[in-house]
Amino acid sequence: MSISVQNISKSYKNIKAIDAVSFEVNPGELFGLIGPDGAGKTTIFRILTTLLITDEGTASVVDYDVVKDYKAIRNSVGYMPGKFSLYQDLTVEENLSFFATIFGTTIEENYELIKDIYIQIEPFKKRRAGALSGGMKQKLALCCALIHAPKVLFLDEPTTGVDPVSRKEFWQMLKRLQRKGITILVSTPYMDEASLCDRIALIQKGKVLKIDSPQAITANYEKVIYDIQSKNTHGLIHDLKNYPSHYSVYAFGEFIHYIDKNADFNLKDLEAYLENKNHSEIIIKKAITTIEDVFMDL
Amino acid sequence: MKKEKIIQVEKLTKTFGDFTAVKGITFDVFKGEIFGFLGANGAGKTTAMKMLIGISNPTSGSAIVAGLDVATQADLVKKNIGYMSQKFSLYDDLTIKENITFFGGIYGLSRKQIKEKTQQLITKLEMQNVADNLVGSLPLGWKQKLSFSVALLHEPKIVFLDEPTGGVDPITRRQFWEMIYTQAHKGTTIFVTTHYMDEAEYCDRVSIMVDGVIEALDTPKNLKQQFNVESMNDVFLKLARNIE
Amino acid sequence: MKRFIGFVKKEFYHIFRDKRSMFILFGMPIAQIMLFGFAITNEINNVKIAVLDQSKDTETQKIIQKISNSSYFTIAQEIKTESEIESVFKKGEVKAVLVFEKDFIKHLQTQKNAKVQVITDATDPNMANTISNYITSILQNFIQEKNKNNKQAYQIQTQTQLFYNPAMKSVFTFVPGVMTVILMLVSAMMTSISITREKELGTMEVLLVSPIKPFQVIIGKVFPYIFLSVINAAVILLLGYFVFEMPIEGSLFLLAIESVLFIICALALGILISTLSDSQQTAMMISLFGLMLPVILLSGFIFPISSMPLPLQVISNIIPAKWFIIIIKAIMLKGASFSVIWKETLILVGMTLFFIVVSIKKYKIRLE
Repeated sequence: MSISVQNISKSYKNIKAIDAVSFEVNPGELFGLIGPDGAGKTTIFRILTTLLITDEGTASVVDYDVVKDYKAIRNSVGYMPGKFSLYQDLTVEENLSFFATIFGTTIEENYELIKDIYIQIEPFKKRRAGALSGGMKQKLALCCALIHAPKVLFLDEPTTGVDPVSRKEFWQMLKRLQRKGITILVSTPYMDEASLCDRIALIQKGKVLKIDSPQAITANYEKVIYDIQSKNTHGLIHDLKNYPSHYSVYAFGEFIHYIDKNADFNLKDLEAYLENKNHSEIIIKKAITTIEDVFMDL
Repeated sequence: MKKEKIIQVEKLTKTFGDFTAVKGITFDVFKGEIFGFLGANGAGKTTAMKMLIGISNPTSGSAIVAGLDVATQADLVKKNIGYMSQKFSLYDDLTIKENITFFGGIYGLSRKQIKEKTQQLITKLEMQNVADNLVGSLPLGWKQKLSFSVALLHEPKIVFLDEPTGGVDPITRRQFWEMIYTQAHKGTTIFVTTHYMDEAEYCDRVSIMVDGVIEALDTPKNLKQQFNVESMNDVFLKLARNIE
Repeated sequence: MKRFIGFVKKEFYHIFRDKRSMFILFGMPIAQIMLFGFAITNEINNVKIAVLDQSKDTETQKIIQKISNSSYFTIAQEIKTESEIESVFKKGEVKAVLVFEKDFIKHLQTQKNAKVQVITDATDPNMANTISNYITSILQNFIQEKNKNNKQAYQIQTQTQLFYNPAMKSVFTFVPGVMTVILMLVSAMMTSISITREKELGTMEVLLVSPIKPFQVIIGKVFPYIFLSVINAAVILLLGYFVFEMPIEGSLFLLAIESVLFIICALALGILISTLSDSQQTAMMISLFGLMLPVILLSGFIFPISSMPLPLQVISNIIPAKWFIIIIKAIMLKGASFSVIWKETLILVGMTLFFIVVSIKKYKIRLE
């Protein structure tokens, strides 16, 4: 096991940040912790990177115990905390060479590993980190976390506040790193990113709700979801919520996701109901279940 | 439906030294519309928004917000709009009631009005049980809902929302958007930025800013047709790719 | 070792790129010493005084001439009787009246002792004090010059030795005082801020989760400030020596060693503060109120410890600055050797060790 978490709990004062969390990450896996802010993702990261001690339970990273062998873990993992922890007043190059030095290596030694990413920010290597855009900061922070060729990479919300283009590029980079044999634990509040992981843990309010591959999670979802659209979206939500047999109704991109209480419910009835409510240009079709749908029903 | 323009932006430009963050953008926002203002990091979104809410002076060009010129009537603009940002919304060390009272006071509501509004708002948000709790102890989603309501206290014609749902869980995010819809139906114009592309779909019209310029502006449906893609995410990716 | 050098290099980048730290580091010592220095020595300029010359002889004329020739004073008025003195002061323009006794020249020549009275407007006591000091020193100077050409007046010179220059005495206390304050400020506040800044930025998290050891981080943080503080101390001493003619009687080497000891003590305090605070703001507040005020008020820099109420005198003992001021005054003014100040040095060493031990104990290898 690259990462093994057994029943860990952690409280701050009287607030339980995480509650009996367990999961395991296989070597070379890209594992995602998916959940909104305040779910406890950062606490899990800090425990695994030896920055916090659990109240209960044990955890290990590359077979080192996070409490006893903290020094060994600190030597062999890469960590990118929530805010990109860069020195704003140092240039891109200085940041990178600083982190290389404290990890006892040089940029040249592991250049192959970061080359793909670094090449994109290299034109700005004389620029101070504080003057970079969010996407570039993110790339630089990743380079800094990678510079010592860690066995396990911890990325705490690396895509938060970053625009969709940079997010997409970032996930492509993670996939490439994974192919080089690095185990990656990543967290994100964006549900659409879940499908890019090998396996995910859905977390809310400090508890793990589900662990599986994203495909299995959506495939095992038993309820049927319908995409519904009409000209008046807001009115549609309202009317669907008043439909007697509705189970859940929520906006989902350009459609409304509708789930009925009855497995054998009749689409025609619903359509008639909506027409009766003066909706026009009605579309009703089966939707593809996403992680977000599952998450909302947990 | 007659479309009344509530925001008129003409060749709005902002320059910092020799760097032009906003390069002469022109667009209109109609009354009661939910207007999505998208763009990559560093595209000039925040700079443009700051000019519209009257806290940054345009280098050139003009912007009329609620009939007021942002360059010369910034103080009046501020009175007529609501603003909510992800970073600064409410005081964590004040209770819900205290926050409402404070912001009501800032916007010049009378004691009586504040009292009424506070009751209304707390009932509407179903926060009766926590009304005397510190805002800092609330879950993020609640805070955001509360701060949206507080931004509406003085019944502004336009509300500016800067990434209001960042990091909020999916259910609360939807509840938040339902609040936005309800408000838009009452005739309030909503000007919103977001990084969630599914939320772009909820807007009436969407503009996408790239490198200081508005590259696209239309309804989500038309944009998808125009770029021949399935989702707003793809529209965004097509437009903003390889810009940095 | 490479890690350590890399770390120190980074610290120097931080310092040299931050205008604020550069100002505190180099602008402040110079500004402070100049302010204190000139506020006390050269503050008065063209002060208006009146003269009541009851003798009107050649000597009094020479003295009046000499005083009005100085840039410090302007003779605004000559008055005839003592009764006018009060009315002159009441108008407020004249800050001092110089009264020559009758038969001034005769007393000077026969009794070798003539009297001049300096009456000052003491509504501004500092001003009054400074003015009388200046006039006294001009008179002293006059007599010295006179004695050069006059062998028989040798005895007067011994008499004039009673004259003392309190203005210069102030300079002597403020150079050690300012040096102490600056070293404390630079060392304790700057280190505590620079460590807490990393906590705030989140970079401390990354440093913790890396092979660099906590003591390397601390020494790396502290090292640049030792270096810069030594430069600072040198600048202050040079300014004191050349601009204000502050003597350095004792051994320079001993002075340097003691200064480094105090710097290390202050740095240890800075680290201790940083372990207690999570934000730069807190660190700054603790440094300012917990360190600077006691250093300024209770160290004997401004208010003599002997005239403090007993409880404050007791408290002053735990302030490292007090001991350092005693040490450097002894070295600079009295030329004291180590045998004289070993006790104070020992106290400082003890305090330093205490702070180091406590801060190492307190330093967290984790986030909580």
